[in-house]
Amino acid sequence: MSSSARFGILLDLDGAGAHPAAWRVSRAEPAELLSARWIADATRDAERAGFTGVTFEDHPLPVETPTAVTARIDATLRASFTAPLTSAIGLVPVVQALYNEPFHVATQLASLDTASDGRAGAILGRDGDARIAARYGRTPLAPDQTAEELADVVEAIRRVWDTWEDDAVIRDARTGRYFDRAKVHYADFEGHRFSIKGPAILPRSPQGQLPLFAIDSSDGGGVAAPDADVLLVELEVALDRAGRTGAERVAELDAHIPWASTGRRRYVGDAAGLLALLTELAATTQGVRILPAVLDADLDEIGRAVLPELRRAGVFESPQVGATLRETLGLAPAENRYATAASTPAASTPAAQTTTTAPTQEATR
Amino acid sequence: MSQIQFGVFFQGVNFSTVWSAPESGSQTEFESFRRLIQTAERGLFSAFFLGEGLRLREHLGHLHDLDVAGRPDALTQLAALAAVTSRIGLVATQNATYNDPVDLAHRLQSLDLLSGGRAAWNLVTTDNAWTGANFRRGGYLDHDDRYTHAADVLAIARRVWDAVPDGSIAGDRSAPEWGAVPEGFRYDTKYYEVEARASLPRSPQGHPVIFQAGDSPAGRDFGAANAEVIFSAHGTLDAARAFAADMRERTIAAGRPADDLKIFPGQEFIVADTQAEVRDKVRWVREHQVSPQTALAFVEQLWGTDLSDHDPDGPLPTFDPVQAETGETRGAGFRAAKALETAEAWRALSAEKGYSIRELVIDIGTRRGFEGTADSIADELVPFAREHLVDGFNITPWLVPTGLDDIVDKLVPALQERGIYRTDYPGDTLRENLGLRAPLTRREPTSDEAPAAAEPAHV
Repeated sequence: MSSSARFGILLDLDGAGAHPAAWRVSRAEPAELLSARWIADATRDAERAGFTGVTFEDHPLPVETPTAVTARIDATLRASFTAPLTSAIGLVPVVQALYNEPFHVATQLASLDTASDGRAGAILGRDGDARIAARYGRTPLAPDQTAEELADVVEAIRRVWDTWEDDAVIRDARTGRYFDRAKVHYADFEGHRFSIKGPAILPRSPQGQLPLFAIDSSDGGGVAAPDADVLLVELEVALDRAGRTGAERVAELDAHIPWASTGRRRYVGDAAGLLALLTELAATTQGVRILPAVLDADLDEIGRAVLPELRRAGVFESPQVGATLRETLGLAPAENRYATAASTPAASTPAAQTTTTAPTQEATR
Repeated sequence: MSQIQFGVFFQGVNFSTVWSAPESGSQTEFESFRRLIQTAERGLFSAFFLGEGLRLREHLGHLHDLDVAGRPDALTQLAALAAVTSRIGLVATQNATYNDPVDLAHRLQSLDLLSGGRAAWNLVTTDNAWTGANFRRGGYLDHDDRYTHAADVLAIARRVWDAVPDGSIAGDRSAPEWGAVPEGFRYDTKYYEVEARASLPRSPQGHPVIFQAGDSPAGRDFGAANAEVIFSAHGTLDAARAFAADMRERTIAAGRPADDLKIFPGQEFIVADTQAEVRDKVRWVREHQVSPQTALAFVEQLWGTDLSDHDPDGPLPTFDPVQAETGETRGAGFRAAKALETAEAWRALSAEKGYSIRELVIDIGTRRGFEGTADSIADELVPFAREHLVDGFNITPWLVPTGLDDIVDKLVPALQERGIYRTDYPGDTLRENLGLRAPLTRREPTSDEAPAAAEPAHV
């Protein structure tokens, strides 16, 4: 794993919040939780608060609890919708990777990266549930096959993302060529269960390689740690707010339906305690994904009382307008595995000019 | 008199898009798309239309490098464009063969919700294994099955879109539940079976609008039974008249009212202020569309062999094509043309007109759209509206992103003066703005509208 130089704080925007009864106290009416305006407002609020990025939770199977929010708009489309409405914050959808088409996933994420001027990332879901296989009309994977399949998917996607060199579009009227086909490559990926010929159907996106996030839990999803760019610790948060303690706020919601343990870390308390916890995490981890108990309330409280203090203490930097997510996270520019010596004159970084075909992203770092 | 609507097709492939001029913008950057769609919305266009190609085109065994290439994923791009528009429809071309039906339906419905009911699906089919090389299933579909398979995929999509009853989300925060967990469904196609539970409610327009473009008899029947808008190739007065009569007959035969199906031929418009300027502009556009290299490649596609030793400003090859039929990788325009027969026709035309290769390609290879001043084109469009031969035109701009400026600033007002173009959007959803009824599976059965026609027999 590459180490990212800067601690990232991402906020998840699922529904009304992480508590299954959050919709009962949300600013939004129940049906508004599936509206464009709610998604836009939450993302803009998160950007204004200074979060590194937002994550868009998703899963191919509906939530089973009718007393919670049971439906989600596709995460990549939610992220893309917010791209023109924001200018600094990272946009990180959760994308199921084991049964859908890796070529489509690569295209969709590269499109998101292009539409957001390089602010896209992804959490690749690795749930091998047979019901997901049935949704796609595919054969379920055995438990011992999922890691192998995920590795294939990650390698295939990363190859497809590199198939166009950054300077492949030349618009050379003299020779009549729109692109230089010496700089557009076939992926020729052969996995255990699928193959992809390539090339991508769109030019290399601004970041080239989107940051892939892994989740630090056994069942939380995300690519296997060795292939990820950033390892995230998940943290559920309910803060004291408006004269009521976090515990009181959770208890009120628990009266409707208990906030069962999800296996994630959970912080319920005052802002100072969260500040201390994040300061500690910043010293030992690459990033944190905060799942707010109630999205609007806890976003507001973290943005008001926690992030400014972290910035003041020099523990955390908010993203700059125009920065790519890789830059915000302190990741080096992604070299292109297919970049050849022939492409050197216009290549953007000196490192990319000297790299010959490299088998994996890891090897080029 | 009916009205004329406009859609715009951001094509992203083929040589109709001029990329070599100083005013040619990026084909990829979001700003190009934003500029074009906002111009279209300013001109009260009904729809913005994105194509899809799931494999980069090849020519004589290499990537075809002479035309614009590289397109974003249509649904992802349209979701972003939904955020910067409020009335125009968002049409995603999506392949029924190489998308997974439940996933595709979910993503279309997602766009429909994000856009407040402005999404549409241009349903295309393909069976070629060449495209399948990018996908898990590979080339699994028999050519003869492509429409029955597409009907299966559409039926699955409608199951997804109809899974959640209207009004099932809690009306207020004290309701016992936020929403029901919907029942699952199972659907077997000839090629695979799916089992899923869908969870999203319908958008304000019910279902995404279904566009379709198939022009074979089977494609026309599929459109008549299932589509709501036909993106046709029949844009001249006579062709449009014949096509409208044929499609309306097929639509009625499918048990639907004739006006259930809207017809939008694809067309190119070249607008200038005087007839002299029109002539100059047409020449400029054609010469930029058909470079010397593009002219040779066009002929090579038919001949099936490298002709780089030929002069594009000289005559056609003296030898015959090396192939009997053309391949598929250049798209529908050339699909399985009888090469020798076509070559003879090209030679005859070139002899008659004294054409070089490039002049020939400019004549036969470029679109014959509407060319004129705003007033002359508006006059030309009046009969289309008077006879209701089309519901609109899907405009392919030859320049991105400024290619609609003249149309919106000059042609639209001329059409409005003649009373054949809207002066405001009639509604908020695409379905309302196209003048469409409720989705086929969401209607009350009546004597003259049999909903059974919408459901393929083996649901």
